[in-house]
Amino acid sequence: MTFARNARLIAAVAVAALLLAAPFGLKPYGIYLLSLWVVMTIAAIGLNLTLGYAGQISLAQASFVGIGAYTAALLTTQGWPLAAAFVLAAVLCFVIGWLLGYPALRVQHHYLAFVTLAFATLVFLILRNEEWLTRGVYGISGIPRPTVLGWSTQGPVDFYFFCLGMLALVSAATWWLIRSPWGRAFTALRENAMRASSLGVDTRRYTLMAFAIGSVLGGISGVLYAPLVQFIEPTAFALGLSLNLLLMVIVGGSGYFFGPFLGAAVSVLLPEWLRFSEGLYLILYAVFVMILMAFFPSGLLGLAERLHKRAGTPAPGPAVPTRDGEAS
Amino acid sequence: MKTWIKSALAAALAIGAATTAAQQTVNLPIVIELSGAGAVSGTNFRDGAMLAIDEINARGGILGRKINAPQTDTQSNPGVSRAQVQKALDGNPYAILGPIFSGSVKANMVLAQQAEVPQFTGAEAADITQAGNAYIFRTSFGQQASMPKIANYIRDGLKAKTVAVLWVNNDFGKGGRDTFVKEVTARGIKVVADISTESGQVDFAADVVKVKGANADAIFAYTNEEESARFLREARKQGVSTPLIGETTLLNQKVIELAGDAANGVRGHVGLSAEAPIPAVQEFRAKFTKRFGYVPDHNGIKGYTAVYAVKHATERIGKFDRKLLAQTMHGLTITPQQEPGILMETTWDDKGDIDRISFLAEVVDGKQKIVQTLPKLGK
Amino acid sequence: MADILQLLVAGLATGGIYALVAIGFVLLWQTSQTINFAQGEFVMVPAFFVLAAMKLGGLSFPVAMLLGLLVTLVVLGLLFKRLVVDPIIRHGVLPLVISTIALAIFLKESVKEFYAADAQPFPAAWATTNLAVGGAVVSVQNLVIIAVAVVAVAALQYFLAGTQTGRRMQATAQNPVLARILGIPVERMILYTFLINAGLVALASFLVSPIYLAKFSNGETLGLVAFIAAIVGGFNQVRGAIVGGLLLGVVDNFVAAYLTAQYRGAIPLFLLIAVILFRPQGLVGRAEERTV
Repeated sequence: MTFARNARLIAAVAVAALLLAAPFGLKPYGIYLLSLWVVMTIAAIGLNLTLGYAGQISLAQASFVGIGAYTAALLTTQGWPLAAAFVLAAVLCFVIGWLLGYPALRVQHHYLAFVTLAFATLVFLILRNEEWLTRGVYGISGIPRPTVLGWSTQGPVDFYFFCLGMLALVSAATWWLIRSPWGRAFTALRENAMRASSLGVDTRRYTLMAFAIGSVLGGISGVLYAPLVQFIEPTAFALGLSLNLLLMVIVGGSGYFFGPFLGAAVSVLLPEWLRFSEGLYLILYAVFVMILMAFFPSGLLGLAERLHKRAGTPAPGPAVPTRDGEAS
Repeated sequence: MKTWIKSALAAALAIGAATTAAQQTVNLPIVIELSGAGAVSGTNFRDGAMLAIDEINARGGILGRKINAPQTDTQSNPGVSRAQVQKALDGNPYAILGPIFSGSVKANMVLAQQAEVPQFTGAEAADITQAGNAYIFRTSFGQQASMPKIANYIRDGLKAKTVAVLWVNNDFGKGGRDTFVKEVTARGIKVVADISTESGQVDFAADVVKVKGANADAIFAYTNEEESARFLREARKQGVSTPLIGETTLLNQKVIELAGDAANGVRGHVGLSAEAPIPAVQEFRAKFTKRFGYVPDHNGIKGYTAVYAVKHATERIGKFDRKLLAQTMHGLTITPQQEPGILMETTWDDKGDIDRISFLAEVVDGKQKIVQTLPKLGK
Repeated sequence: MADILQLLVAGLATGGIYALVAIGFVLLWQTSQTINFAQGEFVMVPAFFVLAAMKLGGLSFPVAMLLGLLVTLVVLGLLFKRLVVDPIIRHGVLPLVISTIALAIFLKESVKEFYAADAQPFPAAWATTNLAVGGAVVSVQNLVIIAVAVVAVAALQYFLAGTQTGRRMQATAQNPVLARILGIPVERMILYTFLINAGLVALASFLVSPIYLAKFSNGETLGLVAFIAAIVGGFNQVRGAIVGGLLLGVVDNFVAAYLTAQYRGAIPLFLLIAVILFRPQGLVGRAEERTV
């Protein structure tokens, strides 16, 4: 037990050190990729809450990222501080998430997937058509990077550390959430909604909560995304990104705390290292996901846990993967 | 301590190697759409550029240095294109070629501008040259140059008083539509129908019904290749007899191939065309087809002439200086006598916009036929 | 008036396609709890089997169509079930949904990478002429689509309700456990639904590709609309898929012509939300009981 825990601790420290040192050995492109990984991880953590802990498929996570990004872009290009964007985006995403989930969860278990799918289309259309607000297809350019307490994040390395700091905050908050009574209710929900309900857990309220909070994290990710790329337009937040985020969570291991980190790395960093053509990479990635689902539906971390167990070392207990069959 | 010395040595060697390497090649990365919606355009551009690069390298390169052109795929995605341009900039390029998609260019041109690297793009959206970027150069007309020509044709050639506009709702289509509406309205022509369509749209029944209902003297269609073909077929099917006018894309070989008979009779302004009755262009077309096995579209010409423009301007300066290159390009006119690779006389203004002759064309019997040559706007 | 007829015919034709695609989707869900997110791509692929047969095999169009149909039945019916669904469904519905999402990406990218990225013309198996009906110009293609869709659906209904195999399939869908006890070869029945779905999507593919042109991205919108059509119509009835499909096709056309072109794509969402809020079992669906 202690060996495993020590091993994990050492690994965690090593990774953290790597993340802190990496930007100094990389060119701007590499730092950009790393920052993108951080931003995507935040969105994936949100989706992990919805999918991995509350067991709901959301195909609209990219839309919430878009809402966050546009909020940030519109506010900061008008001179408002990024902090205001964080607050506004969080509130917006929470409310919209709640409104969206409410009717869908009233009905059937898998309806949220379809509602979010259609919602993703609607958000894209709004972002594109309402030119008076979002500048439509022309996009918003010249998005400034914030100055945090006198420290300018204009340079790539500075902005990367800013993103990393946000990721640390989000991770800590999520960790606390999962360890709290709320988190336990989420897990109970996913294990067996029927039983949880009979124990007095308001399943719909908690599922809705998970979805809303997950959406808020999507929004926060978007608020960071806008100053990272400094030019946003609607097609970046269409269904493609939602599917990408979904696959990130699944591949990493849905329901595992570090699943999103791993999944985002596979999706953002791996294609760069492998250097296949984009089409070929996607084909292999898709096949890999299908094989994973057939044998290790709990993702890469689930696989790691399985190997761990086989090696005789008792693995620490992460969230158990979803088995959906009863609530229908 | 030892590791410090080792890394310093390694660094010195690397710098030495890099400078020696740099002395032998000039880095001209091509950041272009090789997959996604822009794949066909991007591949044409890339192949045209490669043709030029190989020709130039065979004759000794630019000022004795061979051109090295690493290609990266923007996947027709502005976010990806920005990352790819960043990567290209990390490699210390002399100039950057591409992308074509206006959305992508707007996402990444700031980076090239900040790095003071000239960028030669195939994009046509009007606002690209209106952002005060001293390092962006077009290789084809911006919409602000092509739309006035079309508007003139509609007013003088067709004598139309009303026009219906059908456009694709992305930055390319919307920009074109906005510029078009501005130009025709300024010429006293009324826009009686303003129909937006989706990229990738397959069903045009409702749109053709609207177009018919508007009863305009002319219909201007500005969408991408496949949607143009589908629209033309639906229009033909519903018996639309009003003149159908387009801009380069609508009279493209690909559209003609997909639309079949429905494309016959379509007229329009063609800024660049591989069908142009100019010997240099015909020669280029033959060379391209021989080497790549397909007929180039206007994007092939963009790529080809971009490389030759860089070559000629650099030879004029006499050395490799990025800032000086950008400054020289502004107000530069290159004639085919000076540089055969430029194919047609081209002038760049101080914003990076292009001025050239262009053509009016009509689709006859499944082929694009040039009907008239239009002179340059300026000079 | 002529316009309305025009739009109605176009809407019914599009709706017919949606219906075909939605029916297969519903059948799969009903009999084997398979939510097939790749259904749209399933409609895109058969056309490319045919094109490949013609281009690489040099076959004539009718022969290529037949071959394409057979290959579709094997690949999108049998292989899909054996290789994708069977190994994964034992882990639950969620992994299967994820797999079909991955499958959709796989199919799309494979066609794009190994065949062509741009649209391909696809020959029509019938006349491409037009008829003048009451002032409107109606294409024979649209009429053929409507006719074929109607015939296919009628044949399917007859099969399901009028033949023994069909009734067995229905039994399997309603209660697989009981069906097994009654001696119905449940596995085989489920296989039949997969084959029927493959047949339906092939049919839809051959009908639309001449008009839409064969392109790797054709599946995206088609899939989404099919899902919505299935839910709007009523998820537990094949009839529901038909109603949903036709409704969406017609409403989409009329909205685009008279209301808004820019928000045309949002109509499915609004219909979906409306149905969920006011009539969750769908327009013609039965109210479902939850199994405890």
